[in-house]
Amino acid sequence: MRRSMLFLPGNAPNMILSGDCLGADAIILDLEDAVAPDQKDAARVLVRNAIKYLQFPGVEKIIRINSLDTPYWKKDLDEMVPLKPELIMTPKTSCAADVLEFDAYMSELEDKLGFERNTVKLLPLIETALGVENAFAIASASKRVAAIFLGAEDLSADLHCKRTKEGKEILYARGRMVMAARAANVDVYDTPFTDVNDDEGIRIDAEFAKGLGFTGKASISPRHVGVINEVFSPTQKDIDYAYEVMEAIRIGKEQGKGAVSLHGKMIDAPIVARAQQTIDMAVALGLGREEC
Amino acid sequence: MNTLKKASCGTMESSDAYMELEPIEAGTQIELQSVVEHQFGDSIRALAAEMLKEEGVENVKLSIVDRGALECTLRARLETLIGRAREEAAHA
Repeated sequence: MRRSMLFLPGNAPNMILSGDCLGADAIILDLEDAVAPDQKDAARVLVRNAIKYLQFPGVEKIIRINSLDTPYWKKDLDEMVPLKPELIMTPKTSCAADVLEFDAYMSELEDKLGFERNTVKLLPLIETALGVENAFAIASASKRVAAIFLGAEDLSADLHCKRTKEGKEILYARGRMVMAARAANVDVYDTPFTDVNDDEGIRIDAEFAKGLGFTGKASISPRHVGVINEVFSPTQKDIDYAYEVMEAIRIGKEQGKGAVSLHGKMIDAPIVARAQQTIDMAVALGLGREEC
Repeated sequence: MNTLKKASCGTMESSDAYMELEPIEAGTQIELQSVVEHQFGDSIRALAAEMLKEEGVENVKLSIVDRGALECTLRARLETLIGRAREEAAHA
């Protein structure tokens, strides 16, 4: 379960070391934009040691490596793949060939290390116009792709438009990303809301992203994590309704009914599927009931 | 011939350490300034000495300004420092 993902600069020990107590479901240890070119070596070793020694129990580790057009990405993978992070985030992923290039090198490393292929999954970061247009091809390029991630800051620059709090400029990209991810049966994560002092804005932005179908949302500030977790968690009302749906379906089957209704509304397959998703999430959060 | 050149690594931020390594004529000198000198000074020196020995580094002066770094950070900074010192020498 990844409702929230928190970016942490890869060369800042004071931030990395508290990674498991900031409330995020996942931390993104950043070797890319947050690290100056002359500090890439230091960040790589620091992140490797932090994962090796601290392990960050209860928190998923995602490493954002450098992009294919840099001299760093292979060294990043050399150091990170042996640590088996849950995901490797690949920036500026613009087509299926980009995914396949990362995939091939990671397979080589996994073979050398004696790991099963696809042990370490990929999280392509889509942040170019070309990437958005190729979102489905990227999401379905390899079994190694577990999810895709929208990066709106670079995308806005590529679109020659201003990034706004309202986010109208990325509406198409958001919809396209969700559609592509769901069609490819992978998860999809929304871009951070960058005004760390706007508590109302982050809630509106997160609720909008959830409404579009995003699995979760990233943050650049620990301050946003709580709101994101709350928005992407089912409410008690959602959970109660989901269990009611499943109970109604069970009783309907027992009675041999072809169609089942609840509170005067027909329950069809999509409603049951959503109810099951809510229950799965509730169980993951420790809010599930024992009987189901 | 010494295979290292002068190099530096780390920052003066809290939970980090700033380190410098430079070749000297003979022996190994470790200079430490630490906000936790009283509690951990000896163990930081021991860790640094152990890592230098493991890496086969000798005839150097290592200066550490520790701002409360954990062991994994100290190890990371020292590993990077030695790597940079060797890299500098390779490009000299």
